[in-house]
Amino acid sequence: MSGLVSAVAEKRALTFQELLFTLQRFWADRGCVLQQPYDVEVGAGTMSPDTFLRVLGPKPVRIAYAQPSRRPADGRYGENPNRLFRHTQLQVILKPPPERIQEIYLESLVAIGIDLREHDIKFEEDNWEWPVGGAWGVGWQVMMDGQEITQFTYFQQCGGMDLDPISGEITYGLERMAQFLQDVDSVYDVVWAVEPDTGRKVTYGEMQLAGEQQWSAYSFDYADVSSLWKHLEMYEKECLGLLEQAKRFEEMEPQKLMRFPVLGAYELALKCSHMFNLLDARGAISVTERVGVMARIRTLVVGVAKAYAAQSEALRSLERGSAAG
Amino acid sequence: MADFLFEVGLEEVPARMISSAQAELQQRMVKMLERERLVGSGAQAKSFATPRRLAVWVAGVAERQEDVAEELVGPSVKVAYKDGVATPAAVAFAKKAGIEVSALKTVTNAKGEYLAATSMKAGRGAAEVIAAELPKELAGIYWAKNMYWRTGKPERFVRPVRWMVALLGARVVPVEFGGKTAGAVTCGHRVLFGDEPIALKAPGDYEDALLGGFVIADVEARRQRIRKALDKVTREIEGARWREDLGLVDKLTQLTEWPSVLMGRFEPEFLTLPEEVLVTVMRDHQSYFAVEDKDGKLVPNFLTVLNTETDAAGKAVIRHGNETVLRARFNDARFFWEFDQRVLLVERVKLLENVTFQKELGSYAAKTERVGALAAKLSSLVVSHGTPLDAAALSEAVGLAKTDLTTELVKEFTELQGVVGGLYARTQGFEAAVATAIYDQYKPESMDDLVPRTIEGALLAIADKADTIVGMFGLGLEPTGSKDPFALRRAANGIVKVLAETKIALPLTLGDIVDAASLNETVRLRVEVFLAERLEFYLREVKGQAYDVVKAVLAAGANDVRDAVARAEAVTAVRGSADFVAVSAAFKRMKNILSQAKEKGELPKGDEGQSGDLHPTQRELTAREEEIAIGVKKMAEEREYKRALESIATLRPHVDAFFDQVMVMDPDPKIRASRLSLLTKIVSNFSGIADFSEIVVAG
Repeated sequence: MSGLVSAVAEKRALTFQELLFTLQRFWADRGCVLQQPYDVEVGAGTMSPDTFLRVLGPKPVRIAYAQPSRRPADGRYGENPNRLFRHTQLQVILKPPPERIQEIYLESLVAIGIDLREHDIKFEEDNWEWPVGGAWGVGWQVMMDGQEITQFTYFQQCGGMDLDPISGEITYGLERMAQFLQDVDSVYDVVWAVEPDTGRKVTYGEMQLAGEQQWSAYSFDYADVSSLWKHLEMYEKECLGLLEQAKRFEEMEPQKLMRFPVLGAYELALKCSHMFNLLDARGAISVTERVGVMARIRTLVVGVAKAYAAQSEALRSLERGSAAG
Repeated sequence: MADFLFEVGLEEVPARMISSAQAELQQRMVKMLERERLVGSGAQAKSFATPRRLAVWVAGVAERQEDVAEELVGPSVKVAYKDGVATPAAVAFAKKAGIEVSALKTVTNAKGEYLAATSMKAGRGAAEVIAAELPKELAGIYWAKNMYWRTGKPERFVRPVRWMVALLGARVVPVEFGGKTAGAVTCGHRVLFGDEPIALKAPGDYEDALLGGFVIADVEARRQRIRKALDKVTREIEGARWREDLGLVDKLTQLTEWPSVLMGRFEPEFLTLPEEVLVTVMRDHQSYFAVEDKDGKLVPNFLTVLNTETDAAGKAVIRHGNETVLRARFNDARFFWEFDQRVLLVERVKLLENVTFQKELGSYAAKTERVGALAAKLSSLVVSHGTPLDAAALSEAVGLAKTDLTTELVKEFTELQGVVGGLYARTQGFEAAVATAIYDQYKPESMDDLVPRTIEGALLAIADKADTIVGMFGLGLEPTGSKDPFALRRAANGIVKVLAETKIALPLTLGDIVDAASLNETVRLRVEVFLAERLEFYLREVKGQAYDVVKAVLAAGANDVRDAVARAEAVTAVRGSADFVAVSAAFKRMKNILSQAKEKGELPKGDEGQSGDLHPTQRELTAREEEIAIGVKKMAEEREYKRALESIATLRPHVDAFFDQVMVMDPDPKIRASRLSLLTKIVSNFSGIADFSEIVVAG
């Protein structure tokens, strides 16, 4: 029995797990390919290459995935009932955005058991941007009963480049939604799953409290600052090296071009970004230095975007060339 | 003739942009219809807006344009006819005019005889014209931020266009924009009415049809509904009132299509937190209205405006959701308030070394030092002019002013900077003078805001803003055209407003402030000009003075703000009098004569004396102006500007007589010199209040 059906039958809200099943199923039924979360540290679903790189270029995309997102600055040692070092987003990319994208989104809320007639829903202006990625868009935060539950964005630029077609991005905050639907005061009391054989409730705390406590401690108390800087510099250096080589796509023969690790360079850039977040959350970066370091990471991330676009274009030319010949 | 209705249906438009776009759409629509001769001037029009639509209704639109007679002028008759036969030139002209050669007329003008023709330009149908012109008007609407959404980026607009309605009477006008073609179908409230289309039969149906769809299209009606509902719901608590907040009412009017109001509660224990914190959280983060009792104290309730209407069950759900969110935010605020107090403000002073103000200008610790030095100089100046102040309190306030930037509460709620510093200072035992100065340091935050309440607060505010302006100008980071990233204009406006509006006048001029900041000469000049511009802005925008009055007054001095305000008020008070008008015209004339004489090198170097054989009007004018000048000088010293101006106006008959009977530029050089000298004296004696030649005299 599907999550929602059993929940409705039992007159209870979806568990965290059922919330994930239901939303993923909803978007899969509407044409999205379900991807797995990216396995390198990211601060948001947007930073996964499945969004950041796939929105570039002309190729249509319909994709959805959960994405655990690490934000060291939000770490609270598991003591704040609303803030997490790592929270889970459900990311949906629709490129190009369908005509009825807002209505479809509202249908997804119905799918997880929300009766729209019993709630106050407003689309309030909120224009997302990620300056380090040369990315920004225009859109809304969706407010339900005074709480933000979704970020809804029409991308305009990414990697400093205009997008055509644009992408519609819908990002749900899953823990927040689960807390809201289950009406619990602390995220740690959210029911993650119910064991079907024993009926035992597995809570979010059981799954994540240790992580929250220990990641916070690592980030704020144990991480070796000079080591974090060294890592950042090493990742940066390697990434720059690859980006330098990426300037010579025209000289590469097809197999080398196709295999050129733009995606590898991106992972190095992501690791730099995560090192920065750890250093920043700990206050190890002075306000003066901050601007400079962010500019360095921007060079990497935007550089990767441009290399990706160039590689894709070069591969397309090859295809066209071989098709013609 | 028929009424015309146009509606563009959109995805939710940002609340802040709706009102100006609504007005612009109406203006463009009416102007376009007038231009295309489909309505006369003064056409009746009304506009509507919700987050999801903008609409305009115009009455009495013609079904087609009238044919218009155009007078065309062609080639000269000489060229047009050869031996009585029409030449190709004449034939071409006739063709262009759309008439027979035989119907050509001739017309005679200064250049000779020319072919002429009256051409009838056929009027086009209204639908055709509107379909052609309206998309251009839509494309021209200004949006603070817009987007494109269709592949190929064919157009930009605020949000994707979802539908359009264009009805001329009962007929659809096929307007195309954003990939949509207009029809006669609109949409109702997303949730309360759903997807079902609402068909419109005629423009007049619009408002009622939408009401049936749970949409209140009339903005004022929606606003009033919100206000009435706020009143009604608040009455649930005996003696309570909701805290008026026009900006918030406005925002919520533009966030809803079918508003209703709900009251929620929060735990009374949160009332131990300062009101400023509670209200900031409620208003800025949650768009709630605060509620107060009859004594003006907050009660543990809030009001939220919903974009829906629900039954009791729905209300309970929505109330619960809002209360949960507010509780979490208040808990955070309380946590920060308590956590912050573990490190006293005095202990935070050294932390300011690590908080950057600006890359080259250094940390907030450096800024604090500079502001301290500047405040001390201004403070001595103020005291030396006889206005007492608590210099020690000012110095203490300066030292602590920026420490709240290191607190968690300000990091979370940046709009509370200054306020939080002041509150912490009060809680941590500093005297009122210190706490209040810190609290008020960022005032006025806008031209509508109040100025600091105390002299110490005013000096801190001025010194802080002046330091920022001077620092940025020194780095060449002055505002340009539309770019002012450091809000220097706002800071300078603030300085002017503080000088103009403190309860106790500050004996400081703009020049004093610029001097105290001790800049290098080029930067100093630029800052002076900048501050003078801001004074001009203040006189025009805040004091509502006319453009020419401001120019006249500032020409006589743009240094002392309160003085300029007084002079402007005086000039405005007398400018209507016939005498003053005449005197202003005379001054213009005098200045013109003097500048022409100067160009010819004829301006006398010194006072050529008014003795000897003078024309009686010249003698009379000389005597009168000397007499009046003495009186005016005294009045000006006492700032009795209106009386001074009235006195100057009494020169009128003497000036008129002089100009009537005498030529200034007399052929005799000695007489000429004495007359020019007299004019120079008059202009010089009476330009201290305003340069009357700048006053625009009608006709």
